[in-house]
Amino acid sequence: MMSLKNWFEQRRKQSTAHLDAEGMNRVEDAQYAKIWTKCVSCDAQLTKTDLRANLNVCPKCGYHHRISAKRRIKQLTDAFHELDAQLSPLDPLHFTDTEAYTVRQADAEKKSKLKDAVITGIAKTGQAIYALAVMDFGYMGGSMGSVVGEKITRAAEKSLAYNLPLIVVTASGGARMQEGMFSLMQMVKTSAVLGRLHERGLLYITLLTEPTYGGVTASYGTLGDLILAEEGARIGFAGRRVIEQTIRQKLPADFQTASYLQDYGQVDMVLHRHDLRQTLERLILLHQASSQQYPTKKALTLFNHEPVMVS
Amino acid sequence: MTKTKEKASPKIQSLDFEKPLIQLKKQIADLEKESTLDVRENCQSLRQQLAEMEAQLYEQLTPAQKLQIARHPQRPNTLEVIQGLSPDTWFELHGDRMGKDDRAIVGGVIELDGKPAMILGTQKGRSMKENLVHNFGMANPEGYRKALRLFQHAEKFKMPVITLIDTPGAYPGIEGEQHAIGHAIALNIREMSRLNVPIISIVMGEASSGGALGIGISNHIYMLEHAQYTVISPEGCASILWRDASFATTAAEALKITAQDLYRFGICDAVIEEPRGGAHYNPEVTIASIAQQIHLGLIELNALDIETLKEQRFQKYRQIGAVGNG
Repeated sequence: MMSLKNWFEQRRKQSTAHLDAEGMNRVEDAQYAKIWTKCVSCDAQLTKTDLRANLNVCPKCGYHHRISAKRRIKQLTDAFHELDAQLSPLDPLHFTDTEAYTVRQADAEKKSKLKDAVITGIAKTGQAIYALAVMDFGYMGGSMGSVVGEKITRAAEKSLAYNLPLIVVTASGGARMQEGMFSLMQMVKTSAVLGRLHERGLLYITLLTEPTYGGVTASYGTLGDLILAEEGARIGFAGRRVIEQTIRQKLPADFQTASYLQDYGQVDMVLHRHDLRQTLERLILLHQASSQQYPTKKALTLFNHEPVMVS
Repeated sequence: MTKTKEKASPKIQSLDFEKPLIQLKKQIADLEKESTLDVRENCQSLRQQLAEMEAQLYEQLTPAQKLQIARHPQRPNTLEVIQGLSPDTWFELHGDRMGKDDRAIVGGVIELDGKPAMILGTQKGRSMKENLVHNFGMANPEGYRKALRLFQHAEKFKMPVITLIDTPGAYPGIEGEQHAIGHAIALNIREMSRLNVPIISIVMGEASSGGALGIGISNHIYMLEHAQYTVISPEGCASILWRDASFATTAAEALKITAQDLYRFGICDAVIEEPRGGAHYNPEVTIASIAQQIHLGLIELNALDIETLKEQRFQKYRQIGAVGNG
């Protein structure tokens, strides 16, 4: 027996049967999902291959889709030595809201295939060697807990040890509430070690990506000597909703976007994803040449790199 | 420079969980008016009961009850504590030198044990009029920039820095975002972490999030007995994680934000005892306890050379975190 509703449902499905990438043959749902995706901004039908080839920027509207830390590292670097991959979160407060924090950790690990919301390491892009930390929004909204703070601090310490510039790519909703004050204090830990980089005259660049908020904005996110932002990224301290509730008025549509922030003097460059790699490499090399701060031998040997000539 | 003598202190506003105590007190007061012997005896046993009730209530305050005390409208505020600490010397300094004087943060030079110190803090007002001036203790970027200016002044003239924290957080507004509130806080954190003079922070009431951290990096953190220091207000946490702000009491428990919790975690270095029921029951005694704790702290910190002092501060924060290996 088929109800009228079900009959309509089936008719609707049949009439919109999916086509393969060439638009030639009808394919099943599962297969369809493997091939096709939609731009989350303009709804354009795109093949996953095309989207990926365009660095996950919509070829139709230019929307920069969120990407995982792993993909970001692939896009930005030629070689990458990961550091501290074994570090994993604990549950210092035995925190439970509608779900236990430990359950949320397990879910997030399964979903993101990461132990926490940042990957750190020593990277090479073209001629540039640098310490790199990339946050991943897919792990609990990129929230900053003890592991994120510790790994970023250690990456900064590696940059001090190897005399390297440091690049941090942010994507975070802010501090991780489930770790309470332990999270908040990561803002201090990271900012304090960045104070040491500052004293040593090592270059620190932050690349702010969609979205960067709260405790990350109010610590290492905005302490870069240079602050870059990816096109369309939303960046702020307080969230839009909180501000709207506080001041009881609607905010402009472009509020807290990368270019809005640039207009208010907070961001040096707003960059298309296609331009990130080259811009970072060039900026690093220019600043190195001028400040005569070169990677130590140990850093160079990581990549079997020819020593940079010091004049 | 002259301190005006305060008028007779106003009646203390009781909190909802204090109601049974208040009722019993009233009952005793009423009975005391009568003079027969057996009534007075009855009074005696009620007083006994009151003492037991008080002891039980105030020694087992829940985090949510402590939060009510921490936010009590009559709790001594930053300016009152400053005046109490240094009744004769208080030069308030104004402005960020970039266009604004954000009075959510007040600060200036005082004298402690005959020596100058830079003191500043977030200021909650006593009345609506004052709160409009001080924006309920919620600073904008200009407030943090003013604070930074005062930190650097203190460093230049080798004065220790005392910061008093009592804030629901930085102000979430349009202008704050346009003027880079995140950067203002971040810069203060970095610069405080490497300042060449001793820094002591005292959490006096509530200390929330980045708004507190922007003036909160120090060699020693002290907290008043009922003060709370949190990554997000329990109300904010409840509305995000429980999707219902009425879970604030649960969130206050879960976040572990009391002075006692943070002392246990090694984040708070000393808990300053409050008069029974909270600082508002006896501001003078509270301020004397704060003065004593600052005195002890400065003796300890003044004995360190600058490098050791900075290293101690750096390591204090470097070690905080709960990280597993695998």
